[in-house]
Amino acid sequence: MDRYETVIGLEIHVELQTASKLFCGCSATFGGEPNSNCCPVCLGLPGSLPVFNRRAIELAATAALALNSEIQGKSRFDRKNYFYPDLPKAYQVSQYDQPLAKGGFLDFRIKNEIRRVNLERVHLEEEAGKLLHAGESILDAEYSLVDYNRAGIPLLEIVTRPDLRSGSEARFFLESLRLLLLYIGVSDCKMEEGSLRCDANISLRPTGSQELGIKTEVKNMNSFKAVEAALEFEAVRQEKILNSGGKVGQETCHWNEETRETIPLRGKEGSSDYRYFPEPDLLPLLLEKSLIRELAASLPELPLQRFQRLQDNYGLAESEAQIFIDNRDLGDFFESAAKTYNNYRNLANWVQGDFLFQVRERGYRLEKTLPDHLVEILVQLDNGEISRPVAKNLLAESLKTGRSPLELIATNNLGRITGRDQLLPLVEQVIAENPGAVDNFRRGKEKAVAFLVGKVMALSSGRADPGELNRLFRDIITK
Amino acid sequence: MSEDFLKEVEHVSRLARLNLKPDEKEKVAGQLQSILGIAKKIQELDTTGVEPTSHVINLPAILREDVVRSSLPVDQVLLNAPKRNKNYFQVPRITAVE
Repeated sequence: MDRYETVIGLEIHVELQTASKLFCGCSATFGGEPNSNCCPVCLGLPGSLPVFNRRAIELAATAALALNSEIQGKSRFDRKNYFYPDLPKAYQVSQYDQPLAKGGFLDFRIKNEIRRVNLERVHLEEEAGKLLHAGESILDAEYSLVDYNRAGIPLLEIVTRPDLRSGSEARFFLESLRLLLLYIGVSDCKMEEGSLRCDANISLRPTGSQELGIKTEVKNMNSFKAVEAALEFEAVRQEKILNSGGKVGQETCHWNEETRETIPLRGKEGSSDYRYFPEPDLLPLLLEKSLIRELAASLPELPLQRFQRLQDNYGLAESEAQIFIDNRDLGDFFESAAKTYNNYRNLANWVQGDFLFQVRERGYRLEKTLPDHLVEILVQLDNGEISRPVAKNLLAESLKTGRSPLELIATNNLGRITGRDQLLPLVEQVIAENPGAVDNFRRGKEKAVAFLVGKVMALSSGRADPGELNRLFRDIITK
Repeated sequence: MSEDFLKEVEHVSRLARLNLKPDEKEKVAGQLQSILGIAKKIQELDTTGVEPTSHVINLPAILREDVVRSSLPVDQVLLNAPKRNKNYFQVPRITAVE
């Protein structure tokens, strides 16, 4: 047994997908010319007043519902005061002791098991501006540049309880959370663009102990892989300190992607003093029960629910269902095709195999492909009208041209060539063209017949049946 | 003025980025103490059964529709910039995070 247990809690920030900012009508779109989406409200100019964006509140409440967090009928916004240039007002409008939603949990799959992570709270706040550091790193920059386009975009904060036990668990949890948020459509969750971010609190404690050890806060993890790597590294760093009889300092660490290590940031002495107080410019936020019911009713099927249903309804294996969960559009394609084709396992096989391969390889847009076309091919294949190689070619051709497989079969004469009468001309042609192989077969070389069958298959563009050909060649040559 | 209270004044003024000279500190400390005195007086009131309020007007927040409206021209946005660098605000380098 390990000497220490790792204890991790996450703080996740998600930019909500609204058209305008949380408190003003400036565009909330990513990118754009620096400082082009700014107004007196999001710049914190005197005399300006914030007004809530209804959509932001609804998206936040939707996320809270999906996370089983209890939405508060009345919540309040507070000012979190600190000086930092990404904050034009010198305070961030956030929520403190009366958050939008309390508690909650997310169940997620890890190594074929369902794990539950409990949540502390879900609240809404405003995004800060973006700082660009001139120079090599944050520490040796000569100056910083500020872009306030991002300032004021609605930001959802999700705080978990310290329920995670390793970096890889944290990563699985985050990936599941991202999928959930994508399903309910509240955010695009792009870690590389910063619309999903994660900070972590991590501490070690002697295995079996219930008390929490001294924690560090790890920041600057810009990908799921980075979260895993940073937390695994930090756990080892803390373990070394504890093993040598030292004490972990309660500090903030930065993950360095290049050196792949967590570096404690010195100089932040003592705990922060944010002097939260109620935002006088905003009245309490009241959420009617009827609105909450309405939002709850419009929640789509969530990933874990779909995972279960795909297995129940279609008899899919866990691994197959998982692929459709992770690739929601592909799952939709499958379900759409399954309406008219009921050999579900075979369908799933084709969708996740040849179909997905073609789509990825050639970069087809999934939403432009027709489930009916795949079904047409599979039905023809099942009925013995076409051979398997032809089915594959047909799929490729139909994806490429958008033409119906049935039409392609008819115009290109792709139906199977079966029966002695139809095959004989081809067989005789190959025998005439390959006297060497025929001789070899007569002398007892079994492999020669496979060669001859291959020739006919090529000649017929895969439309003949190899088994039937095999019998036919033996029949004719040995006569 | 007690040592402890002066320390508190120093702490609060540092948080507010106020550079107080020693005589100013004494003066501010006196003012702050009288303000706190008033707060203390109010705290003597019996508020059992009274719901805490953070607002004098008893109204819920108003919500607006999620509609984009035009922003300020960039030149106006940057009018108050301590230093402008292209279309960015330029600020001294930040040494510690937060």
